[in-house]
Amino acid sequence: MNPLIPLLVVIPLAAAFLIMIVGRFIEEFNKYFALLVLLLLTFISFYFLCTTGGKITVYKVGGWEPINSIPIGIYMVLDGFSVILVCIINLIGLLSAFYSISYIRRYTAGNYFYALFFLLIGGMNGVVLSGDLFNIFVFLEISVISSYALVAFGVESNELEASFKYQVLGGIASFLILFGIGFIYWKAKTLNIADIKSAFGSSSDKTTYLFIQILILSGFGLKAAIIPFHAWLPDAHSSAPSPISAMLSGVFIKAVGIYVIVRLFFNMFIISEPMAILITILGTLSMVIGVFLAIGQWDIKRLLAYHSISQMGYVVMSVGIGMILLSRGVKADIASLAICGGLFHLINHAAFKGLLFLNAGAIEYTLGTRNLKGMGGLAKSMPFTSATSFIASMSISGIPPFNGFFSKLIIIIAAVMAKFYLLAILAVIVSIITLASFLKFQRYAFYNKADDTKDQNIKEVPFPMVFSMVILSVICVLLSLLVFPEIRHAILTPAIDILTDPAKYSRSILVQ
Amino acid sequence: MTAYIMCFILFLVGLYGVITRRNLVKIAVSLSIMEISTFLFFALIGYIDGGVAPIVDPADPVKIYVDPLPQALVLTAIVIGLATTAMLMAVIIRLYRKYGTFDIREIKKLRG
Repeated sequence: MNPLIPLLVVIPLAAAFLIMIVGRFIEEFNKYFALLVLLLLTFISFYFLCTTGGKITVYKVGGWEPINSIPIGIYMVLDGFSVILVCIINLIGLLSAFYSISYIRRYTAGNYFYALFFLLIGGMNGVVLSGDLFNIFVFLEISVISSYALVAFGVESNELEASFKYQVLGGIASFLILFGIGFIYWKAKTLNIADIKSAFGSSSDKTTYLFIQILILSGFGLKAAIIPFHAWLPDAHSSAPSPISAMLSGVFIKAVGIYVIVRLFFNMFIISEPMAILITILGTLSMVIGVFLAIGQWDIKRLLAYHSISQMGYVVMSVGIGMILLSRGVKADIASLAICGGLFHLINHAAFKGLLFLNAGAIEYTLGTRNLKGMGGLAKSMPFTSATSFIASMSISGIPPFNGFFSKLIIIIAAVMAKFYLLAILAVIVSIITLASFLKFQRYAFYNKADDTKDQNIKEVPFPMVFSMVILSVICVLLSLLVFPEIRHAILTPAIDILTDPAKYSRSILVQ
Repeated sequence: MTAYIMCFILFLVGLYGVITRRNLVKIAVSLSIMEISTFLFFALIGYIDGGVAPIVDPADPVKIYVDPLPQALVLTAIVIGLATTAMLMAVIIRLYRKYGTFDIREIKKLRG
């Protein structure tokens, strides 16, 4: 029992209420209070990162102890995998909140913005920490509903249209997930993930089992915007205010989409080869089609949003390769290498995609346009934005020595060692097209000389925005340290161990 | 078994409505139908033939009780569904004010 675990959910929810009440009376309360709370949350999550290691810690809400080793209460589980996600959520959240201090002046109703922001953070922390299926659904809905509202925050026609599209597809996804949870409860008579694992281990009803897996995969795949389900993502992510785009693209689709898919398919279902192949194919499709859709875009934020789909494809593909190898029961070390590459790329993507959306927000803040054709020559007038976006672009396209290079290298090495040569070649080609697309972004935004008439009054964005971008670019460079075995062993290996050894996961939760 | 099949058909009716209707409000109604079919499914899986409300009676230990957990889940899910529907209707009203129509074919500024 670690009493600090529920704080990660309770503090953001309480902060959202406090901001709505106290913020009415005290001007500027919301900004500084939000920073303080997020600093505290980041501190707690990094404390967990340092102390968790290979341990699995369980917090039983309300102190309901198991009867005959059957869990009856609500479990919150903190292990090596969820602690990584918690750190990403709160760190990117802190930097986005710091960035919003200046950026939010474009909008009225700052209190609503920060309250919804905290609901988003609290919901995502809840999804990542909860140990039973129905709480995953409840926290998912908390964060998803606040993200609907945040996408429509500008209340212009584009934002509303994007939000409507997002809500209809998100609603369908939610009901698919709920249907899947209903089926699981029907078959397993329990909702605890670890307990479901042991209940499914003895059942032999293959058809129902496959149906449940398809329901869950399509539901969370819609939330994660894997390719056949991606239609809402470019609209929603490009219409939201930029700090929120950074949160949605950098963290949200991972925490409520990829994380849940990986967690459920490794630790709850028994990995079967057809599902593993299906997941790998979906990942590969996202990787390839996402980048081809991105290359023709002229709106910066739409371009970045399509690249999110493509980069998430890398993560899903490499995790899928790991699943295929595990289901065949061969080459366990290569399977863990592939999963390692996927998780590493997931962490890296949070850093550089968050940074790129903050850059796009800075450009929009100064110029008032998102169209690449309407900008140019910003490198001189906005040096910090230019330098940080250069680092982020090089990271995402996999140029050494930035972090994206190392994670893509691990993914490609794992694909070659597993003898999936086609996937390795596709990964290299997609990386090259990504580079081309970002060179276009760099050239049109920062270097191409625009006509001199309108250059006069463009200057660098205010300090809070610059500060967040510089910190994130430093993180981008520092994350490449994860490639060294000692550091990787401390951070990534506990997560990989939990994913590759599901029996250990359910055993250590059920005995606590 | 018939009840389960009817419940799934209701889900598909809702999905059909979401896909084919052109009116924003009708899409919202279709989503609600999908939602209700899911709640119905939850209520069905907790039902046991001849079961009574799960208030334990020490005098009669052999009584059959229905499963109370899905009912608790449905209550939570109904509250969430209310929030989703309210949010969707708010956005639909705002969209009507911007575009002056409920027809989804007229609302197509975002492309590509």
